[in-house]
Amino acid sequence: MATDIIIHDKTDNVGVVVIEKITAKQDCSCWIMEDDSTVNIQSLDEIPLGHKIAMTDLNEGDTILKYGHDIGKVVKSAKKGEHVHVHNVKTKKW
Amino acid sequence: MEIPKSFLGYKRENGRAGTRNHVIILPVDDISNACAEAVANNIKGTIALPHSYGRLQFGADLELHFRTMIGTGCNPNVAAVIVIGIEPKWTKKIVDGIAKTGKPVEGFHIERTGDIGTTMKASKKAQEFVMWASEKQREECPLSDLWISVKCGESDTTSGLASNPTVGNLMDKLEPLGVHLCFGETSELTGAEKVCATRGATKEASDKFMKTWNAYNDFILKEATDDLSESQPTAGNIAGGLTTIEEKAFGNFQKIGNCKFIDVLEPAEEPTKGKGLYFMDTSSAAAECVTLQAAAGFNIHLFPTGQGNIVGNPIEPVIKLTANPLTVKSMGEHIDCDVSKILTREMNLSQGGDELIKTTLRVANGRLTCAEALGHKEFVMTKLYRSA
Repeated sequence: MATDIIIHDKTDNVGVVVIEKITAKQDCSCWIMEDDSTVNIQSLDEIPLGHKIAMTDLNEGDTILKYGHDIGKVVKSAKKGEHVHVHNVKTKKW
Repeated sequence: MEIPKSFLGYKRENGRAGTRNHVIILPVDDISNACAEAVANNIKGTIALPHSYGRLQFGADLELHFRTMIGTGCNPNVAAVIVIGIEPKWTKKIVDGIAKTGKPVEGFHIERTGDIGTTMKASKKAQEFVMWASEKQREECPLSDLWISVKCGESDTTSGLASNPTVGNLMDKLEPLGVHLCFGETSELTGAEKVCATRGATKEASDKFMKTWNAYNDFILKEATDDLSESQPTAGNIAGGLTTIEEKAFGNFQKIGNCKFIDVLEPAEEPTKGKGLYFMDTSSAAAECVTLQAAAGFNIHLFPTGQGNIVGNPIEPVIKLTANPLTVKSMGEHIDCDVSKILTREMNLSQGGDELIKTTLRVANGRLTCAEALGHKEFVMTKLYRSA
């Protein structure tokens, strides 16, 4: 099955869409680069190329992990499969 | 892939080698641009490097101006230089700095002569220089004569996934072969600064990096009127899926692979500790950063992009690579190396790195970059503060 989503690190709670877009309720194949494993997820939103999907339920105040590192905080809860971007995540810097 | 041990470059008087053979007309200051451009218009095969500054600067800002001017003239991609300024003193200072390389350089000042007389005198000398330079031949040079700078722009998540790690893969393969390497973008390491500091080859290099990053971050916090959400990440970054500066920073940081940096350079400072990776304190604005790296002596540039930055430089060829298939499709004329197959897993990172090495060597040997063919010559001085 072709890869729809790439995840850098197995501890990451977001993945990146690498096809032109995924549609809502699409069954997606995710490749985890770190250990070359595959997991599946069903999307809740339409998400374009390069944008992120929540791999778990995210609650306000949670830390977003990508590359295995802290890349910001959740400011609006998101369910597993939802689009994660500037509407629900903010920097902890500046 | 077996990596070639040499490339065809132009050997310079000071032992460096160039990937290009430019004769430049360098204005010392903003008001000398018109004269410099007139000379470049008269004499075919020369290029003028107009810019916006050079008057009433002082202190560290003036030092940076001179370092950038002199460094640009000294770059081995430049065969010979005409310097034109309004006054004799600063003109001579730049001429003397460039003359230390042994390359042909001559200065002209406009006061008491005017634009037309200066254009005539400078054009005669420029003609002599360009005809002399046109006889220079490319010769076999060791790969270690390549000084490779990197900077990414209009990044998106495909940059951190594939195009930046491709550059990192190239660094991992070329660093043992004795090349000089340079990354910068101080503010764009925000969020990854502590991880980046651990990549100093010595404690001294790590400490110097943290001091440099802290100074830049303090400056941003002091001057910021909002949370920088319109600037870092940029609107283009956000359109491409990057959400925070931290996410952008960890993506950016993939460009250095597993290399460790041996020293931290001031903007436009020439590295002096030999082969290896250097960090330079630069703005993250593309043209400013590349201009500073070229002024430090780097002779070929790798520029990964996501959404499609189109920057070029007048003297240092800028090679673009992208992993974003939409950018390849919609802006193909700007992309020298397409690594989008990494995202579909039809190409792995090592194969991507090999492709980039091949492209880099072709450009080093003389193939024009997309930016060169399209006429991109962004020469942008970094200004530290207001003039007097």
